[in-house]
Parts: sequence; structure tokens; C-alpha cells
Amino acid sequence: MIDSLDPPNLDQGGAPTTPPLAVEARGIVKEFPGVLANDRVDFGLRRGEVHALLGENGAGKSTLMNILDGLYRPDAGELWVEGVPVSFGSPRDAIAAGLGMVHQHFTLVPSQTVTENILLGLDRPRFLLRERRSEAEVAALAERFGMRVDPRAPVWQLSVGEQQRVEILKMLYRGARILIMDEPTAVLAPQEADDLFATLRSMTAEGRSVVFISHKLGEVLAIADRVTVMRRGKVTAAGLPTAGATKADLARLMVGRSVLESLDRPPSSPGEVVLSVRGVSTTNDRGLAALRDVSLDVRAGEIVGIAAVAGNGQSELAEVVTGLRPCTGEILVGGEPVANRSAATVIRKGVAHVPEDRTSVGSSPNLSLTDNLIMKRYRNAPVARGWLLDDASARALADGLRERYRIVAPTVDTEVRLLSGGNLQRAILAREIETKPGLLIAVQPTRGLDVGAIESVHRLLIDMRTNGTAILLISEELDEILALADRVEVMYEGRFVGSFPASEAEIGRMGLLMTGGTETDDTASPEASAATAGRLEP
Amino acid sequence: MDLGLIAAAGIATGTVLLFAAIGEIFAERAGVLNLGVEGMMLMGAVAGFSTTLSTGNPWLGLLAAMVFGGLLGLLHGVVTIHLRADQVVSGLALTFLGTGLARVLGEGLTNTGAARLPNLTIPLLADLPIVGRIVFSNQSVLVYAGFLLVPLAWFWIERTRPGLHLRAVGESPAAADAQGIGVNALRLAYVVFGGVLAGLAGATITLAVAPGWSGDQTVNGRGWIAIGLVIFARWSPIRAALGAYLFAAITPFILGLQGVQTILGVQNPFLPGQSAGFFLEMLPYLFVIGVVTVGSRSAARRRIGAPAALGIPYVRGERGH
Amino acid sequence: MTIRLEPRLTTPAWLSPALTLGAITVALVISGAIIALVGGDPVASYVHILQASFGSVGVLSDTLVKATPLILTGLACALAFRMRLWNIGAEGQFLLGAWGASAVVLFPLVPAGTPGFILIPLMMVAGMVAGGAWGLIPGVLRARLGVNEIITTLMLNYIALFWIQFWVFGSWSEGGFQQSKAFPTQAWLPRLSDFADAVPAFRGLPVHLGLIFGLIAAALLWLFLERSRFGYEIRLIGDSPRAARYAGIDIRRRLIVVFAISGALAGLAGMSEVNGSVHRLQDHISPGYGFTAIIVAYLAKFRPGRVVFAAILFGALILAGREIQPSGVPAMIQGIILFTLIVTDVLVRYRIRITRGRPAAAPAAPAAPAAPATPAAPAAGAGG
Repeated sequence: MIDSLDPPNLDQGGAPTTPPLAVEARGIVKEFPGVLANDRVDFGLRRGEVHALLGENGAGKSTLMNILDGLYRPDAGELWVEGVPVSFGSPRDAIAAGLGMVHQHFTLVPSQTVTENILLGLDRPRFLLRERRSEAEVAALAERFGMRVDPRAPVWQLSVGEQQRVEILKMLYRGARILIMDEPTAVLAPQEADDLFATLRSMTAEGRSVVFISHKLGEVLAIADRVTVMRRGKVTAAGLPTAGATKADLARLMVGRSVLESLDRPPSSPGEVVLSVRGVSTTNDRGLAALRDVSLDVRAGEIVGIAAVAGNGQSELAEVVTGLRPCTGEILVGGEPVANRSAATVIRKGVAHVPEDRTSVGSSPNLSLTDNLIMKRYRNAPVARGWLLDDASARALADGLRERYRIVAPTVDTEVRLLSGGNLQRAILAREIETKPGLLIAVQPTRGLDVGAIESVHRLLIDMRTNGTAILLISEELDEILALADRVEVMYEGRFVGSFPASEAEIGRMGLLMTGGTETDDTASPEASAATAGRLEP
Repeated sequence: MDLGLIAAAGIATGTVLLFAAIGEIFAERAGVLNLGVEGMMLMGAVAGFSTTLSTGNPWLGLLAAMVFGGLLGLLHGVVTIHLRADQVVSGLALTFLGTGLARVLGEGLTNTGAARLPNLTIPLLADLPIVGRIVFSNQSVLVYAGFLLVPLAWFWIERTRPGLHLRAVGESPAAADAQGIGVNALRLAYVVFGGVLAGLAGATITLAVAPGWSGDQTVNGRGWIAIGLVIFARWSPIRAALGAYLFAAITPFILGLQGVQTILGVQNPFLPGQSAGFFLEMLPYLFVIGVVTVGSRSAARRRIGAPAALGIPYVRGERGH
Repeated sequence: MTIRLEPRLTTPAWLSPALTLGAITVALVISGAIIALVGGDPVASYVHILQASFGSVGVLSDTLVKATPLILTGLACALAFRMRLWNIGAEGQFLLGAWGASAVVLFPLVPAGTPGFILIPLMMVAGMVAGGAWGLIPGVLRARLGVNEIITTLMLNYIALFWIQFWVFGSWSEGGFQQSKAFPTQAWLPRLSDFADAVPAFRGLPVHLGLIFGLIAAALLWLFLERSRFGYEIRLIGDSPRAARYAGIDIRRRLIVVFAISGALAGLAGMSEVNGSVHRLQDHISPGYGFTAIIVAYLAKFRPGRVVFAAILFGALILAGREIQPSGVPAMIQGIILFTLIVTDVLVRYRIRITRGRPAAAPAAPAAPAAPATPAAPAAGAGG
């Protein structure tokens, strides 16, 4: 099954018989404190192909691409571009060599316009900015690759899909021949992903090459010509042609075993309504409408999953329910109004919140594990004794949680910034679950975690549901929603556009609704459905 | 009370605030908060004055002032950018350092006796009605330099490529870095430049506007006022200039008030010797508080505030904390 | 060869005190060099400082007198800074506190013969209320309107000075001089020298009750910060305001309260100075206590216990520094110490890595010491 890479022309020492690889890497090693991210990695990208780099979180894919992009320097190994050995000291060198990377987190300046962002870092115009001329050039370039974008718009006003287009344009404007994309569809709805793939195809038709990093098997099989699979810093399959490969093959290469996420889930028997949202509207930080008159009920012992593409109001929904954002309308928890009350009130009513941002909202990085674990309990006995804090109780609590939830940390005094992502999330979940909440709001609970951690988080959520907690699950991972939710609500532009029980939820239908389509439209093409179904099958 | 004279004096002393404020604008737009302006101005003032005193050449003094200011800026820059120390504390340390050093170096300097920078009268413009007499007659060369600095600074920031990079570095250093822009190098350069201008501001006092050295009183809080002005000006050089001139006109106005026997027919309570004069002295500082409050509210309302990355050291690959 | 900063995974316990000591040493060396450069004698100067501040019981007590206001203002700054509230206005709050206490006897607010055990507590309260109010202003402006407290507290320092001058040069002036009438003796804080009859060794020692105020305040503040719920909230807000909000803490209200307490502490310092040391109100009662307090707080790493020691150190500097030529040396030393402290602060959190050969590109991803597979979430670039 393992393909062999074409040897570089240099080895043949004579007239090239095959065209040089667009990019080739050999023996790349990169180490960070405590982690060997790349362990003697080889990689080859052919001209005019779409090549996927597949692996779980932590496998080393981003590190490798960051080396290609000039952001990191390898500790060992060699790089060639178009047969020429290169060594990049900074992203600038990579750009000069024709490589352009679109990161998962966009590197745009929000307050500046599309054109200003594209002009950033270029050599021309050298001194005087000629806005009009550049705007026209940008518009023409976008046209050529079939992308719609307004060159004069300030970036903060653009949707995520549009921002991604700006990132791509940035690279194309610089004449990038090799485009590297890091998890490009993570922030796109299925139909937007289709547009992206079309754009990529038109680029490869011109002879440019594309590498994209992904952890979604279906997408890789549908779009890429070849795939390289990485696991724990090593390459397990190099340049495997996707024709003829199956998801099972890829899964095995990715995790070393067939992974079947089959959660033992007792049928739900929802109890009373715990959370009731009625006619709620609010604006986001930019002052634009984020929620438009939404209504929702969540019952005890039920998981309601909110499926939405990033930026359609789901973050704001979590915030209004947890008292972190004002709104109009009514929100009842256990029958009592909590809209526009303080976060403290909401916490007192038995609402737990696992926030989207675990490092600057969910935890306090320089405080100890103990201090973080008592964050929701410090107002009550036994941790509190009147106005004072009982240090011994706090530590006992922390020790107990550390053991029960298997949080890996040297001591309970360890500063939380030193914890790994998975352990931090375990700590946050431990803290929230221990408050024995009637309602849990979980936002992107498994983002950035490896498969083992994801499984344990899902197990915890199912257990809570069995114990009668009402759970509102907000996630960008459709598979997660499909695996956990009893009922699915689709959000688009601040409204609920579809609601169905889990048995009727289906990727194509959800994808359509998530991008503003209606149920009378044609269902999505099989290719797109396959592309976005990241489900692992035996 | 001659309003014309007061306005002319305002323009002159306003130039001091102008240089300091514009220097701070450059530093802050690059993302670095520099609270050491007061110390840098004092160092510039004493360096300029004492160099002029020893060499007899005010231009050398001016150069010395700018060099010292730049050196202090370099210190602040390296400590906050490369060593990632807290910008607020470093700035405060710089103020203490600059103040102390200035006291040490200024020991025994007399009040007068050094040469000063020449004044100029611009030929044609001085004949303009009203404006000519105030703005273009017999003002120091540094005042005219200030006039030129404002549009140049604006143009640089808004209309040139280096200005685009400056703004990007202060708003979104990760984006700038990804485009191959040297974030830390650029920030350091602008912080040093801010220091140079602060030193220049100090020299403007001792070599042009109020020649002589009077210890700590020389600068008397104007460095802090400049920082407040930057907030009020919402980081725009033009608004900063207007604010500087306006603000500087208040002091001579106050002094003028103290010379008048009656105000609106009532006995002037602010005559020197009457202790109520202290309230007049409070006015500039109260004004700064007012100005900063207004500026903060206005910025909050417009959702345009400080450069987004102001005060946060940039480390490639790190997000948030 | 490149030099890189790498976050430390663990910090050995000895590192922080060692670095602090090192910082002060380096600062003294640099200051010494500058003193030498301008023609002074650094060694003589330093020896003089030691002798003039710790050389005998007499000068030691003078040092403690100078340290007393520094303890309280240092605590004021430490409290505020712990919450990342930059209270640069301790100087003004100190002055207002002095004024407030003076007002009780100089207006006067109470009848002339009021005994000490009523008068002194009354003046304490007046001082704390005045200082607290002066701290409340920037607190409210920051909480309600988001106004940068650095500028407002600084401006209020200047305004406070003029306020005092208005009274001292005006209606409270004694015979036209730039000082107020002396306080009645009942208002004077007891001094060690008051007990010279019982303990002859105490003769002539000016150490006064204010020192006890400072020590008690330090103990109370420690209890408050480390062992109380409010203190926990302050620490949380200081480290991560967003997490504090998420935890249900009303940051604005805490902000106002902390600023008021900070101001009150500085105000108490002012009261203890006029009641314990000077016994009248003057406009130059502070040689920059409020500013030195900032450095004291920083040196103490915002911990109340260490504030006491740092205050004594700087009290020595202020006391003895007056006689050193050239003047301005103490201020300069303070500035340099603060700088070296900042730099060593970095060394506590980061390690310096010098790599030979090919320069390695930037970031270090903080990774869990025990789990090799998954780097920490924040370093998005290293994982995946």
C-alpha cells in the first residue's frame, strides 16, 4: 500500500527524466520541549496535484507545513523546491520561493481593508500606496479564480468564508505556485467547501500545486489526488494515491487501529424543561445582529446539539444563556428568569459552562490547579468559611478531582498554563460537572483534543445525560453532534432554521440548512456529502 | 491680557507637547506603550542644555538631547520587546531612571547662560492678518519644525507602505509576521524614534521655549500630559497637534488671568498672593483628566480604540497568554 | 549562534530570591558606575548609606520612621497591582490623607480639649476616608468609563499637591509661613522616646505608632489576599479578567473597592506621617513616598510580608540618600533597581537557550511534562 516517492533529480545526477517535485522534504526532524513533533519525515508534492496531509491532532502535520512555510526551522533534514535545495529563515523566504500558506487561524488585520491586507508585506508598491490601482488588480485576480470578494471592505465585516478567500488571494497575488492550506474546511459549511474545492481545481489546472491538511477522511478521499498520513510525528503512508483507498485504510494508518466510535447510549427519556429560550435577540461585539428572535427548549436528560458554521450566532447563544452577554427576550432556567442577570446569578441557578476558549476564559493560566478548580465553588462551604477560604478543603477538593478525572499534573499547585490541552479540558469538565448542574452548556468541548481525550469527554457527557442533566452542545464537528445529540437544531445567521430528532438528522440536509438553503432545494451532491462526512467506519 | 501674545506663547509651548505626543503616537501605533516620556523629556532637556553650555553650540545640544532620548527608548524597547517585560512597569522605571539621571547630571547647572536656538520670522506668511503675527513671527525654528512634522507624520502613517506595516504591527502582529514583516525590529525602531522625539521635546524647553534648567520643574508633568493627549487624539497626529496647541495655550491664559485686577467687574480672586491661585494651577491637570475621559468614552462608542495589540508583547506562535 | 527565550516548565524555589538579590546587586554596581562617572565616590556613598541608616540604634530608628509611610503606601500599591490596577496615585492619596487628618484639628472639627484616645482614631478615620475618596475617583472613572487609571491617578497627584498648598499657604498657614500650626499634643502618635523614663534605651528614638499601623496592615492584607474570598477574586481578576467574568465576578465593583482600599491605606500613611513625625501639615511632607512605594511593591512581588522588608530598605535609601552628592542619586538608584527587577522577572519565567550553529526559529510550545503526545492547546502552531 505504501507508495514510494520519486527520487529527486539530484540523485540521478544527470538529465532529468521526470519533472522535479514541486516540493520535497527528506529526513525532517523538529522537536519542542517534551514533544518530538516531526521524526525523520519525508514528503513529496508533485506539480499540479492536490495532496492531502492526514493525521490526528498532535500528529505533526501543522509542524511540517510550518517548516515548509518558513515559520519554523527544522532541527535536521533537507528541503527542495522545484529541485533546488532551499533553507527558509522566515516566511518571507518561503514566499519568495513560491510557497504560500493559509493558516487555520487567519492572519489578517481585521481593521484594515481586503486590499491593504493583500498588500501587506509585499515589495511593490515600494513607498507610496496606490489604493485605487491595487484594488482593481485584486478584483481582477479574484475574478480569474472565480472568487467573490469586495476589495474595499474592511476585513472584520467579512464572513469566515470570505476571509479565507482573502487569504488565498494574498498568496496568489504574490505569485505563489504552491498553496498550503491548514484544515481549510474547519470553518466552512459543506457548500462553501464545494466552492473552495472548485477554486483549488482551477489552480491546479494552471499547474499550481496544493497541499491541504485535514483530519477528515471523507474529504481527503473526495478531493485529494494523493495523501500522506502521519501519526505521532512519523509518516505512516507517503504519497498514497487516493483512488482505491478506503476510509478504513486511512483510519488504520492514522490511528493504528480501526476506530469505531460507538457510544453506548441508552435511549433518552427527557424530563422537564430546564432551559427555555423565548424570542431572544442580541448583537455581537461588532454591533451586528447575532441572534434574531430565537426560541429553544432543553429538557433534563437530553442533549440538544446546535449545528452551525462558525460565526452564525452560536457563541452568542452560549453567552446570553450563561449571563455573559445582554439580550432582549426571555430566558428561563428551571422556570426562573436569568436573561440579563449576572453570570453569578446564572451559576447559582445550577448552570455549568464549558467555554469555547479554555485558556483565557475557562481557566486562569498562572493560577494553580487548585485555584482553577474552585472557581465555581469558592463561594460555598466547605471551601468557603464565611469570608475566608479554607485552604485545606480547597486542596482536598482539587486532589479528589485530579484523581477521579485523571488530570495529569505534577501537583495541585502546578500552574495551569503548563497543562496540555487535553488535561486542561479534563480539569474544566471536572470542575463544571462537580457543581452537579441541572444545565450544562458545552461549547466546542473537544476542539484540539486527540482521539482518546475526545472519547473520554463524550463519555462524560453521555453519563451526565443519563444522570438527568440537560445539555446544550454547541460544536462545529457535525460528527460529534450526530454522535451525541438527541435532538439537533441548525443555526444560520442567528436563527434556528431546522430542528429534528437525531434519527432524522443527516449530513446533507444539515449542510444545506447551515448555509441558508431550504429543504425544497436539491440535496447536496454525493461528492459533497462524502466530503464532509468525517465519520469513521469499520 | 493680550490674546495674541497668549496664542503665540501657546504655539511655542505647544510644540513641546506636540513632539512628545507624536513620538508616543508612533510607538503606540506600533504596539508599544511608552510611559517613560516624562523621564525621556527630562533627560533630553538636561542633555541638551548642558551640552550647549559646554560647547556653546545649541545644535549640538539638540543632537545630544535626541541621542539620549533615543538611548532611553532603546532600553525600554529591548526590555519590553525582546525580554517581554511588562510595558507599564518598564515605562515607570524609565521615568524614575530618567528623572533621577537628569537630577544627577543637572547638578549645579545654572538657570541661564546657555545659547539658545534661533527664532525665525517667515517672510511672506508673517504678513497675514492676525495669523501672521501669532504663528509666523518670531517663533523658534523648532516651532516651524513642529508644523512640518504633523503632516509628514500623518502622511507616513496613512499613505505609505512603511506606514501600512506600522499599523499592521500594532493591530495584528501575527498577520504582519506571517507576511514576513519583522515585527520586533519594527517595534524597536519606532520606540527608539519615540524616544528621540521625546528628547527633542525636552530640548525644546531648555533650548527654545524656556531656556535654562530648573531641575524637575523643567518638564513638570508635561510628559504625562502628552500621553493623555495621545488618547484624546485617538492616535491621530493631526488631532494630537490641535490638542497640544490648545492645551498649551491654557497656561499663559491662566497666568494672564492672574494679572488682571477684575474679571467681569468682580475682584479677581486669582491674583497672585491670593491662595485661590492654586486652583488655577490645578486646571491643566483637571483638563487632562477631562480630556482622557472624553477620549475614552468616544473611543468606546466608536469601537475604534487603541491599536489592538498595544501593550502585548509579540511572540511567534503564542496565542493569548 | 542565537539567543532564545523559552518558557520554563518548573521554577526552582531558590531562583526567585537569588535573582532578586542579583538584581539589586547589579543595580548598585551600575549606579556606582554612574556616580563615579559624574565625579562622585560610589564606595563612599554606599558606605555612608549603610552607616547613616543602620549604623546605630539612633539612625536605625530614623530609618524605621522613614520606612513607616513606605510600608503603608507600599501595601496600597501592592494591593492594587495584584489586580493589575496601576495606582500611580499613592502620592496624592498620601497627601489627601495627611490633609484629612489635619482637617480634624485645624478646622477644627472637634472641640479643643478632645483627649487623644478619641482624637487619634478620629484622625485615622479622616485620613483613610480622604485617601480612599481620592482613590475612588480614578476607580470610578476606570470602572464606569474605562478611563486609563495611570493618567488619572498621576494627574490627581499634582492636583493633591495644589490642594494642600492652598490650605497650607492660606487659611491654615501659621504666621505666613509655609506650614500649618502644630497639632495639639494629644494628636501626636506615641513614640518610643515617650517611654524613655521606663526604658532609658528609648531616649530620643522617634519611632512612632505608625510603624505598628503598618505591620498590622501588612498582616491584615496578607490574610485578605491569600485567605479570603475577596482576595481570591482579586488574584483571579489580576491574572485573567475574562476568566473572572466567566466565574461570575463583578469586576467593576471589585475594582472600585480595591481602589478605595488602596487609597485609604495611602491616606493612613499620610495621617501617620503628620501625626507621628512632623506634627503639622506642610506641602513637602513627602519626598516621593508614593512613587518609591511603587518600587517597594514591585520588589516585594506584591506580597504584603515582603513589602515590610522592602520598605525598610528603601527607607534607608531615602534617609541616607539626602546627604549624598550629587542629589538625585536615590531616585536614579530606584529607577535602575526597578529595571533590573524587571529583567530578572523575565528570567524567572523564561530560560535562556543559546544554540550554536543554525539559528532555530521562534516559538517554544509549552508542553505537559508528563504527557508526551499532546502539546498544550495554546500553541496552535506546534500541534497538528
